[in-house]
Amino acid sequence: MDVFIAIVQILDSTIRLSVPLLLACLAGLFSERSGIFDIGLEGKMLVGAFAGAAAASVFHSAFIGLGMAILISVAFAMVHGFASITHRGNQIVSGVAINFIAAGSTIILGQAWFSQGGRTPALQPGERFDAIVWPGAEAVRDVPIIGPIYAELISGHSLLVYLAFLMVPFTWWVLFRTRFGLRLRAVGENPAAVDTAGISVAWLRYRALICTGILTGVAGAYLSMVQNGGFVKDMTAGKGYIALAALIFAKWKPVNAMFACLLFGFLDAAAIRLQGSPLPIIGKVPVQFMQALPYILTVILLAGFIGKAIPPRAGGVPYVKER
Amino acid sequence: MAQAAIELIGINKSFGAVRANRDINLEIARGTIHGIVGENGAGKSTLMSILYGFYQADSGEIRVGGQPASIKTPNDAIALGIGMVHQHFMLVDNFTVLENIILGAESDALLKRSITKARSELERLEREYGLEVDPDAIIEELPVGLQQRVEILKALYRGAEILILDEPTGVLTPAEADHLFRILKQLKEQGKTVVLITHKLREIMAITDTVSVMRQGTMVATRETKKTTVEELAELMVGRRVLLRVEKGEAEAGAVKLAVKNLTVKDSRGVTMVDDISFDLRAGEIVGIAGVAGNGQSELLEAISGIRHAVSGSVMLDGKPIDLTGKADPGELRDRGLAHVPEDRHHVGLVLAFEENENSILGYHDDPRYLKGPFLNVDAIMADAKDKIEKYDIRPSNPRLKTANFSGGNQQKIVLAREMEQDPGVLIVGQPTRGVDVGAIEFIHKRLIAMRDQGKAVLVVSVELDEIRSLSDRILVMFAGRIVGERGPEATEGELGLLMAGVEQEAAA
Repeated sequence: MDVFIAIVQILDSTIRLSVPLLLACLAGLFSERSGIFDIGLEGKMLVGAFAGAAAASVFHSAFIGLGMAILISVAFAMVHGFASITHRGNQIVSGVAINFIAAGSTIILGQAWFSQGGRTPALQPGERFDAIVWPGAEAVRDVPIIGPIYAELISGHSLLVYLAFLMVPFTWWVLFRTRFGLRLRAVGENPAAVDTAGISVAWLRYRALICTGILTGVAGAYLSMVQNGGFVKDMTAGKGYIALAALIFAKWKPVNAMFACLLFGFLDAAAIRLQGSPLPIIGKVPVQFMQALPYILTVILLAGFIGKAIPPRAGGVPYVKER
Repeated sequence: MAQAAIELIGINKSFGAVRANRDINLEIARGTIHGIVGENGAGKSTLMSILYGFYQADSGEIRVGGQPASIKTPNDAIALGIGMVHQHFMLVDNFTVLENIILGAESDALLKRSITKARSELERLEREYGLEVDPDAIIEELPVGLQQRVEILKALYRGAEILILDEPTGVLTPAEADHLFRILKQLKEQGKTVVLITHKLREIMAITDTVSVMRQGTMVATRETKKTTVEELAELMVGRRVLLRVEKGEAEAGAVKLAVKNLTVKDSRGVTMVDDISFDLRAGEIVGIAGVAGNGQSELLEAISGIRHAVSGSVMLDGKPIDLTGKADPGELRDRGLAHVPEDRHHVGLVLAFEENENSILGYHDDPRYLKGPFLNVDAIMADAKDKIEKYDIRPSNPRLKTANFSGGNQQKIVLAREMEQDPGVLIVGQPTRGVDVGAIEFIHKRLIAMRDQGKAVLVVSVELDEIRSLSDRILVMFAGRIVGERGPEATEGELGLLMAGVEQEAAA
């Protein structure tokens, strides 16, 4: 039974750890499907995390925090759009610049406003998104098998966790069942076809980036207002890049993206859980190895186990009308 | 004359210093097929792009159906009933036919309802115009002829009354082109107006009612097709008399330069594309390989030039074998005197982002002539490029210009100049004049014949039957990977056409 409880606990933390990846991955999906590479997911998450925690702590409201996280993240997405859509700049350079600005500005502003070494004040109850306990969760906790699954895995997460997973079918529906989705996918494949069909390529891509900004904002808010009780400098710790890897791994499809992010989340969870405890046969594994495992696996999986991942054909190329 | 569908009055358009359209006046009658001819860069496509709202004219007026129209975006054009089939199809390759047709004209915010509605509308259009396409097929799995049909359907679905086709037959096989013309005639019978942009004069003569000629951004003439001739149009286009069929003397075939024996080539899917082919190419002759595109000619060329792996057989160059494992060093083949002008100059023959002078030595850049120690000898390369520009009449005559900014014909001349000027013993040319205009075709043909007269062996692969007949001393016809016949230059078009269609072979089998 101990093993079962342990597995449930690992899966529970898998869910918690994969949420920011999933939100960032879906964010990247909107942007890359529209033909804009976005290496700045990391930076947008970071400013979202900072803006969310800062606003929540000043206004004493989790929802104002979330709103501010989304607003600032979208603003950064628009900067990326202005550089790479309107001015046809290099999308990678613009994305990297956004990451640098995010890393620097959050620390400077955090120090200037709160004087806690770049942190935001610890969030009080009501300023963060608390776990939602589902009806009957405590009552069934002791029922074998189903009890722990219901109480641990399904119940007891914050609003944003449920939101993140609901975004998966929603993203799929938007992309593959709506006019906006059809046009968005088209503009990532052949913007000239969209242009000659009488649709504005730029406006379409801006809208895709707004979606990206909203989702990275939520991802950032999750980091600073759910996973952590406040903003800590560089708290995204490369999750934006892992999300990009997951996006490739998922071949730019929403449901695949969920499984890819769950896998990366699981590796993370397992690494934390297994730290210091000896494994059967192998014995004690160095902590560093466990921490590196998700990254090692990412490289191996991307290198050969997923077959050919074909990115949207117009990805990374600014649209210029041909002469 | 019937009422005008479109009137263009005093249209001007410049791109920087280049005046693409100068004071253009044009009137196109409703319910007719109107051809617009001109060399590459004459401004045909620019003019039509202005009509379609892709560009804005600097000055001038457009009237549609007699009413002054302001066309600022393709949307405005679509609303006025103007549809366009672009030279490079504006389709999303991994979408279905239906998805492509509704893109931008969706009736509803949700796809399902739009698609259901489009499906029945599409069925009606297909029936009405004989344009059958499977609505659920993925575009990239369709042959180009069908992709083009989707483009036409796309325009009709948007209610186009005026259909502009930009170089529609450039990518089509002769059979597909014939089918397209039948469709266009049907559209005309239904009262639609068709504008056909092309540089192929035979098409103009075959299908149009009136024809306008453009040269260097101006409209030089408009004629009734019945009352003009190919010769007159060619002269109007180029501004001088043009030989449509280059004169040449008898070939004096010498020693065997290239011997192909039992060559078999498979493509990446394992399908046999070249099936046990044998032939000799002699010094001082031009051998033409005719055939409908996709019958193994491309694979044959690639195998001979050492790019593609051959399953079996041999190719001897001057009596010594060529490595057919697909790992041949192209540099070594060049040293042995085999020059290759590839079919696809954009992807194989040139680096479009390079300057002209860089492309004119590409592949020969290790030649000591172009080197100064470990560095490129820029002065020598420039002098060499200028020399080629002059000899091959490459325009504009600026070796520093980016290759992408040259027209198709001039790009082809850059490749030809590079390969011919190395004085190779054997020259292999794929589609020597694809996308090249009349004046340049004449020039290229003359050059190829001059090569032959110098005693070089020339192998030409072309899907243009006229070109094969005009150039070749011997014609080999390929069908389904085999050589199904050999004919002399006097062979008729009908005779070769039957061979190309594989008719004779089926009868024999």
